[in-house]
Amino acid sequence: MSDLRDLYQQVIMDHKKNPRNFREIVDANHMAHGNNPLCGDALVVYVKLNDGVIEDVSFQGSGCAISVASASLMTETLKGKTLEEAEKLYDNVHNALTGESENAELAGKLQVLGGVKEFPARVKCATLSWHTVHAAMDNDHDISVSTE
Amino acid sequence: MTQTELKVVDSTALDVEVIRQDFPILNQEVNGHPLVYLDNAASSQKPIQVIEAVDAYYRLDNANVHRGVHRLSQRATDAYEGARDKVRGFLGAKSDKEIIFTRGATEAINLVAQSFARPQLKAGDEVLISYLEHHANIVPWQMVCEQTGAKLKVIPMVESGELDLTGLDELLNERTKILAIGHVSNALGTVNPIKDIIAKAKAKSIPVLVDGAQAVPHLVVDVQDLDCDFYVFSGHKMFAPTGIGALYGKQALLEAMPPWQGGGDMILSVSFDNTIYNALPYKFEAGTPHIAGAVGLGAAIDYMNSLGIENLAAYEHHLLDAATRKLEAMDGVRIIGTAKDKASVLSFMIEDVHPHDVGTIFDQQGVAIRAGHHCAQPVMQFYGIAATARASFAFYNTEQEIDALVNAIKTTQELFA
Repeated sequence: MSDLRDLYQQVIMDHKKNPRNFREIVDANHMAHGNNPLCGDALVVYVKLNDGVIEDVSFQGSGCAISVASASLMTETLKGKTLEEAEKLYDNVHNALTGESENAELAGKLQVLGGVKEFPARVKCATLSWHTVHAAMDNDHDISVSTE
Repeated sequence: MTQTELKVVDSTALDVEVIRQDFPILNQEVNGHPLVYLDNAASSQKPIQVIEAVDAYYRLDNANVHRGVHRLSQRATDAYEGARDKVRGFLGAKSDKEIIFTRGATEAINLVAQSFARPQLKAGDEVLISYLEHHANIVPWQMVCEQTGAKLKVIPMVESGELDLTGLDELLNERTKILAIGHVSNALGTVNPIKDIIAKAKAKSIPVLVDGAQAVPHLVVDVQDLDCDFYVFSGHKMFAPTGIGALYGKQALLEAMPPWQGGGDMILSVSFDNTIYNALPYKFEAGTPHIAGAVGLGAAIDYMNSLGIENLAAYEHHLLDAATRKLEAMDGVRIIGTAKDKASVLSFMIEDVHPHDVGTIFDQQGVAIRAGHHCAQPVMQFYGIAATARASFAFYNTEQEIDALVNAIKTTQELFA
């Protein structure tokens, strides 16, 4: 049960119940669809980039508590960041959760996602929104990514 | 289920605690809790009788089949062909020539799609399946439709998870070249009235393939009584090893079909000018087969017969009824699939909790279920959901394990409250 409490921390449950920036950005200039075919999680990420700065970022879709909370945290974290800062955060999340870098620690408020590491089958739930926003920023047209 | 059947089962027919001792894997802890294995529709566990049959084959008899004149090759051939005869008896087929060993139900369906359907399908023809199918009984038909220009048609379903057969007469028409239908739905547990459906198709001379992957662990199957043309199943869902399954086909149809894969064992003679194919069933078994798997499958059939498939079915019905009643009584739990006739599958949703979270939380309590779309995405789309949590039972499950399932649901609800 203690591992479960680590995974489903209060912050995660709060973001799951009240996801932040859960909306469409009508004048978004970047967007991407993310899918996890294994579990059917599907989300759309909208980004409004202005002169290399993420002026606004949002998401819509459905998924498990981990994927929704992670997406919600992602939007909060990235808003106002430069592309370069966003890229670093993306690398940080990817390295910390997939264990590619042993010393990687999650930055700031993203630390609540750390419990996912104990549940390898769920890492993709937490990284889906990050892969999706990464694809959105890299492309100026709608693009689909999949975590499989 | 009548009370008399229940009584027979509850008293003497099955002693579950004794049966559980045949399944060594069940005796372990997962995450500090006794394993409660409720993912039998995905793959079942193997009794020691099957494990030992495979072990003994490799220790004592292993050699290639249908080849050497030496003793081991003869013993391996006898074991392999003996297993084929057990499958014949298990399905009620007339002849061993009608039993083709495959890697599983999926390969068997692909064989029929490519060898039986593809040569005769033309643009405008129709292949009929149902809404409840597993992807294994959808995609091979989509592929053959793409190859031939035929159209895939689908028998619709209703909210209970039963097929809507009101339009079946129109769906079975002069353009329909084959009907491929599941016996039992893997996602919902619905037992389809396939005998009636087959009779309707046969009245119009439409050949029928039945996907029995979810049926053979739970029901007595008699292909002659059903009068289907093809019946397919996988060993691993019925207590046998993975990588082995079978295709039953009526002999006249199999005789007329071209080989699907070429190689050794499926030929009588080969020259660069001319190759003569072997007789049934070898024509469809190119290459060295999964001999040990077939031996294990034969042992699984012996094991099920020793317990009595009717007894297993009655006990599993009793478990499913008990689990259904308990989940129905819980607030915030919705059962997906409420057909009158069901076998061993209980798909459900916990309000406001995604099935993947359910699966993780259950696992922490030692309860193994499937969370996902169950390779039946059209069924999920019908209900407007991406996934369900699915508990599926075998005859080694107990009422205490149903209580563990109920407790796992309560824990999930508390965590997400």
